Amino acid sequence: MSLTTNDVNKIAHLARLGIETQDTESYAKDLSGILDLMTQMGELNTDKVEPMAHPMDQAQRLRPDQITEENNRDKFMAIAPQTEDGLFLVPKVIE
Amino acid sequence: MHNKSLKELSHGLKNRDFSSVELTQEFLKRIKQHQDLNAYITVTEDLALQDALAADIRITNNQANPLTGIPVAQKDIFCTLNIKTSCGSKMLDNFKAPYNATVIEKFNLTGAVMLGKLNMDEFAMGSSNETSFYGAVKNPWNPNKVPGGSSGGSGAAVAARLAAYATGTDTGGSIRQPAALCGITGLKPTYGRVSRYGMIAYASSLDQGGPMTHSAEDAAIVLQTMAGFDPKDSTSVDISVPDYSATLNKPLTGLKIGLPKEFFSDELNADMAKKLTEAIDEYQKLGAEIKDISMPNLKLAIPAYYVIAPAECSANLSRFDGVRFGHRCANPVDLTDLYTRSRGEGFGKEVKRRILMGTYALSTGYYDAYYVKAQKIRRLISDDFKNALAEVDVIMGPVTPTPAFGIGEKMSDPVEMYLSDIYTIAINLAGLPAISIPAGFINDLPIGLQIIGNYFTEAQILNIAHQYQLITDWHKQTPKGFA
Repeated sequence: MSLTTNDVNKIAHLARLGIETQDTESYAKDLSGILDLMTQMGELNTDKVEPMAHPMDQAQRLRPDQITEENNRDKFMAIAPQTEDGLFLVPKVIE
Repeated sequence: MHNKSLKELSHGLKNRDFSSVELTQEFLKRIKQHQDLNAYITVTEDLALQDALAADIRITNNQANPLTGIPVAQKDIFCTLNIKTSCGSKMLDNFKAPYNATVIEKFNLTGAVMLGKLNMDEFAMGSSNETSFYGAVKNPWNPNKVPGGSSGGSGAAVAARLAAYATGTDTGGSIRQPAALCGITGLKPTYGRVSRYGMIAYASSLDQGGPMTHSAEDAAIVLQTMAGFDPKDSTSVDISVPDYSATLNKPLTGLKIGLPKEFFSDELNADMAKKLTEAIDEYQKLGAEIKDISMPNLKLAIPAYYVIAPAECSANLSRFDGVRFGHRCANPVDLTDLYTRSRGEGFGKEVKRRILMGTYALSTGYYDAYYVKAQKIRRLISDDFKNALAEVDVIMGPVTPTPAFGIGEKMSDPVEMYLSDIYTIAINLAGLPAISIPAGFINDLPIGLQIIGNYFTEAQILNIAHQYQLITDWHKQTPKGFA
């Protein structure tokens, strides 16, 4: 299976990941190589196999519905790139 | 002082042969002397001396635990309160964690002294420590060789005696492979044994932290502190922690060791096969029985892993968006530009490759063909281990196909780099515990023997490793210039 530079640009957009134009070709080549490796999986019939998401097939543990988190707003704001009045600032979203 | 075992260090501190401050100064001096290895990203000198002073008071008051006052270095993937936690990435170069990982809290409570944060592959994605934003780490056994990865700083720091012990994390071999290539002992515990809270996530269904030490005896002491249920980690398993040091001396008579033929095929380097056979012969002398076994689906571990891990990484790393913490691009014109450029500037090439791969595997139309298929193969591999471990007590094999390779040698071809994980990643897919212990040298470079056990049998694995270390001295060798 081989990916084109166009495919790479589409995937990068889905991931909101900036990649340099001059690197697109090498990503296409690398990803195609990795996908070739993946095709080995097709050799095995897995029709009756249940997918395994967790190493011990454990269900997600639930916690009691109690508030345990402290209010860390100031601590988190202090490490943010841009804040104002306790809010994270981003470029204007709605005109 | 720097060559002593953890038991000897603890004894020396209690006996007042030396103080924790003196011990800490000794390691800080060595870190400075050997800066060229590039093992550390951050050295927390002032904090270390403060901690050492506090530890000395604790020791004087007879309130010491086995690790009190002993200097440790932490992989830079564990969040440390108000201390830079970079995960080897430009994305987090400016990130001072607002809280401690549970593992860090546990070391703090026991009175351990943190020397600093160790270099690693960016976001733990790599097998050679060459993907780090902070540059490659050199292997103390040969500065032209890689130390392995992703816990390459941990491997190099322990081998070069720049810390008494270190922590690592293992998603596909990232504790065991650098341990093997640096000639130290590295244990990946059962998935869920050590808390992942505050351990920056790469692939959440595979990641597990563990000790990197000089010996199994040391690893038992360190794991004792690291292991245990953590309500803050939803995948932490709530079962009791045994006394890992108590069973180290159990005789191995009648132990059944399985050797999968897939691990010892013609593809295995002949020198490596010879060294491993010698190690297994030692186990026979100790009374173990050897059984040939087969695990037919092992060969599909690499493709399955390189679908599952990137898929989980692409989801986990979506949190790095330039809004709340980490790198933000200058003058974004809109929200998409903010996300795209912050991520594009903050992540290195291997991380981008895996995000792209994972995004593709999870995208509409490909999800079943890649992700679901890989999860099905994951079950078949896990069943192979279940069947094998019903017949034998442990499985042994290589950790790596070859000793340490050259810096730069595999960076141009990601697939070739991925193939170097062939003996370690299946264990993560199954969630099993496994250790790498030094088992000799090929061309003056150390190699490792891997011992894989059943779920939550870390005590048995450490016992088996320790018995070998009682009759061999591979683990006591020091690289030239670091004695």
